[in-house]
Amino acid sequence: MSHSSHAASMPAGAAAHGHEHHTSLGIPNHKLATWLFIASESMFFAALITTYMVFRYRSVVGPHPDEVVNIPLTTVSTFILLMSSLTMALGVSAAQRGESKAVGRFLLFTILGGIGFLVIQFYEWWHLAHHYGLTWNTNIFGSIFYILTGFHKAHVIFGMIWLAVLAVSAFRGTLRREHAVHVDVAGLYWHFVDVVWIVIFTVVFLLTEAGV
Amino acid sequence: MGERAMDRAHAGHAHAGTREYLKVGVMLFVLTVVEVAVIYLEALRPVLAPVLVGLSAWKFLLVASVFMHLKYDSRVYSGFFAVGVVLAILIALAVTAILA
Amino acid sequence: MATTTLERSFWQALPKPRARTGFWSWVTTVDHKRIGILYFWTALAFFLIGGVEALLIRLQLARPEQDLVAPDLFNQLFTMHATTMIFLAIMPLTAAFFNYFIPLLVGARDVAFPKLNALSYWMFLAGGIFLNSSWVLGGPSDAGWFGYPNYSLSEFNPGLGVDFWIIGLLLAGIGTLVSGFNFIVTILNMRAPGMSLMRMPMFAWATLVTSFLIVFSFPVITVALLLLLFDRVFGTVFFDVFSGADLTLYHHLFWVFGHPEVYIIVLPAMGIVSEVLPVFSRKPLFGYSVMVFSTMLIGFVGFGVWSHHLFTVGMGPVVNTIFSLATMIIAVPTGIKMFNWIGTLFGGRLRFTAAMLYSLGFLALFLIGGLTGVMLSAAPSNTQIHHTYFVVGHFHYVMIGGALFSLMSALHYWGPKMFGRMLDERLGKVAFWTLFVGFNLTFFPMNILGVMGMPRRIYTYSAGMGWDGLNATSTLGALIMAVSILITLYNLVTSLRNGERAPADPWDGRTLEWAIPSPAPEYNFARLPNVSSRDELWVRKHPQLAEGAAVAASAESDGPAEPIAMPGGSYMPLLVSLGLFIAGYGLLYSMPVFVGGIVLSLLGLIGWGFEGDNMRIIQPGGEQ
Repeated sequence: MSHSSHAASMPAGAAAHGHEHHTSLGIPNHKLATWLFIASESMFFAALITTYMVFRYRSVVGPHPDEVVNIPLTTVSTFILLMSSLTMALGVSAAQRGESKAVGRFLLFTILGGIGFLVIQFYEWWHLAHHYGLTWNTNIFGSIFYILTGFHKAHVIFGMIWLAVLAVSAFRGTLRREHAVHVDVAGLYWHFVDVVWIVIFTVVFLLTEAGV
Repeated sequence: MGERAMDRAHAGHAHAGTREYLKVGVMLFVLTVVEVAVIYLEALRPVLAPVLVGLSAWKFLLVASVFMHLKYDSRVYSGFFAVGVVLAILIALAVTAILA
Repeated sequence: MATTTLERSFWQALPKPRARTGFWSWVTTVDHKRIGILYFWTALAFFLIGGVEALLIRLQLARPEQDLVAPDLFNQLFTMHATTMIFLAIMPLTAAFFNYFIPLLVGARDVAFPKLNALSYWMFLAGGIFLNSSWVLGGPSDAGWFGYPNYSLSEFNPGLGVDFWIIGLLLAGIGTLVSGFNFIVTILNMRAPGMSLMRMPMFAWATLVTSFLIVFSFPVITVALLLLLFDRVFGTVFFDVFSGADLTLYHHLFWVFGHPEVYIIVLPAMGIVSEVLPVFSRKPLFGYSVMVFSTMLIGFVGFGVWSHHLFTVGMGPVVNTIFSLATMIIAVPTGIKMFNWIGTLFGGRLRFTAAMLYSLGFLALFLIGGLTGVMLSAAPSNTQIHHTYFVVGHFHYVMIGGALFSLMSALHYWGPKMFGRMLDERLGKVAFWTLFVGFNLTFFPMNILGVMGMPRRIYTYSAGMGWDGLNATSTLGALIMAVSILITLYNLVTSLRNGERAPADPWDGRTLEWAIPSPAPEYNFARLPNVSSRDELWVRKHPQLAEGAAVAASAESDGPAEPIAMPGGSYMPLLVSLGLFIAGYGLLYSMPVFVGGIVLSLLGLIGWGFEGDNMRIIQPGGEQ
């Protein structure tokens, strides 16, 4: 035991990321795990979207999906979320160049995009509840509509908290180039949430409006 | 085996540039506008479902390949993601078909 | 996530666990071996609880028209027996061996994410305690381990039993999912130099495929459980028939998870047997690459057979036929494996140790489980024996004959490495034969009872149905099984106290875990091995074998003996799961408590990200 010593004061990075340098596949553990998580999340949202597809027109009382979808509003929020993915991608490449302040700015834009998306989406929830009387207790469409979009919102909110933590580090200048993989994996998560919305936008909104 | 994979990962470090990201951003915007436009075109009505699914798949692939840099990264990531998405789609279609 | 980004921050100034022995060293450990041992003892405790539940069920059914156990309690017993055995006993017991042995088998010093590994264990414990706390908080669920609505809805199942069941499974499920990610990354990315995928021991392959099944199937049951929870707690109408619901959607979601779950349990069992048979036959595993391929095929096809649990709900002949055929196809890779195991034994110099006996028991009993499975896979005959004791007999041949026998084999084979003491071989063999006899006495009669028409899940039956003798036999068998388990427990406890000290390589093993002392030191390998063969240790011990020269050269080029940095303990995994555990009770009793629990676990997560790794430098050999 006398030969072991605590090394909490070791140069950070060297110890913390020692295992990242020699991996069997030559790719970082964090990133591999994040992609596995994303693959797993695909199954989660697929199960919810399947529930939507099976239940959407089974309600015995209205309102039904085709009476309530708001294409213009949702198009705007979709556009905002897509653009937040663009700023996220730019943030990741700034992180890979080690430009800490730029990372902070891009992350801030991304978070603002997330806020914009959420504001419009929550307004839509409020609108559905007050003008159409649609809540998650009203009918089976209401149940799955709020749960599906609600779990997506929860993912957006979690992503914003994650990005905010990184943004604080970036503005303090402590998010250095060797930490780029942390921004990278947060970005992957954010893009995935965006990709899920692309599918929800089509399945829940566009196909309904198109009467398919 | 490890060495070889590492070389590939390092060689493939040339990530997309700002220009490509902006291009994809514009594409996403345009595709979204097209998506919304086509649902009001009477002429397309019979093929609307496949058209909408196709456009959304296109957006999906753009984000996955460029923003999530699958195009430039290790194939391992693409493989796992593809398995997850394909499995998800197959099971979703099967359950929907059985219960329809 | 952003480790070390805020140096000297508040979080890094927090006290770090320093204890190397005693209670706190175990509570804060991130060492995969200690976590494996925690998994082992916890799962063993739940196994005993589930076993007592099974005995009560059998005692009630021993004779017709008994009222030893009330009908309601009977339903709770079979629900909790199944849930406990699947999620809290068998899966965590396999997790115990994943944890202890996967890094050793692939030549790593720990798993890819040691702190996440600790989180997995604490989430499993939280889920297990949460679920079982329902016994004293108003009674557990009686809706079966599948929890089908609408019987599991508040309208028909008031009280909190089903809510405890849902939240308990969600909590434990988080742990399982996290360990799925962790082991995939560990196996793919943490292998020793030269340990190519096709040189990995079969148990590592089985763990890899199992982890993929977890990663892709657990999200689906999460959704099914969440929909049910929202119906019960927040009044959504997903499974309200009067609102137009189709209850079979839940059935599909449940079994899209539920069938891969069977392979999540069975593939590790197959992996264990594939390790034990070669060692005690003194032969390499027969048909290694075909075994690998079969494992992948079983995992893959396992995702396409879920509807064979729903043959009787009226999906129509086309769907039934498709799922019948897909199910029968699984018998092919399984049969291939069976023949490869026999091929491994063939011409070998067999040693009938306790571990070997349990593995041979697996071959015989799992075969019966598989064959009765093929009988069930034919939709027409399934209609006849659906919901009878035939099904109960079938899956217990898979779950006990398959999983439990292989886990017992693993205990006797790997126990000396885990605990540093040899288990008593004589007691082990006695326990094996007792279990083998007791098991067949318990479950073979069930196959006959099922064909005679005895339904599952009935709390009693009338005399004169011709079922009395077989039921009495079955209960007698259950008692004999209990005796066997007690013998094993006695063996375990006495051997750990007074047993002979285990040498590094007690079985003349073939793989890397036997190259290091028993129990394994904290850093596993003083010098990371340079692997050049599938049976690395075997060829190092027998350099006269054909590839000997290359092996000797590779042993020369093992990693350098230098100081090793190992991660120290952390409070954060415990804090995160404690927060979620509290939030679970909050959801049922009080919203402020729920919010408090969530906040606690978020704080734990942020602390996790910023506290740093608490690395320790160890000089190998310095501790001996």
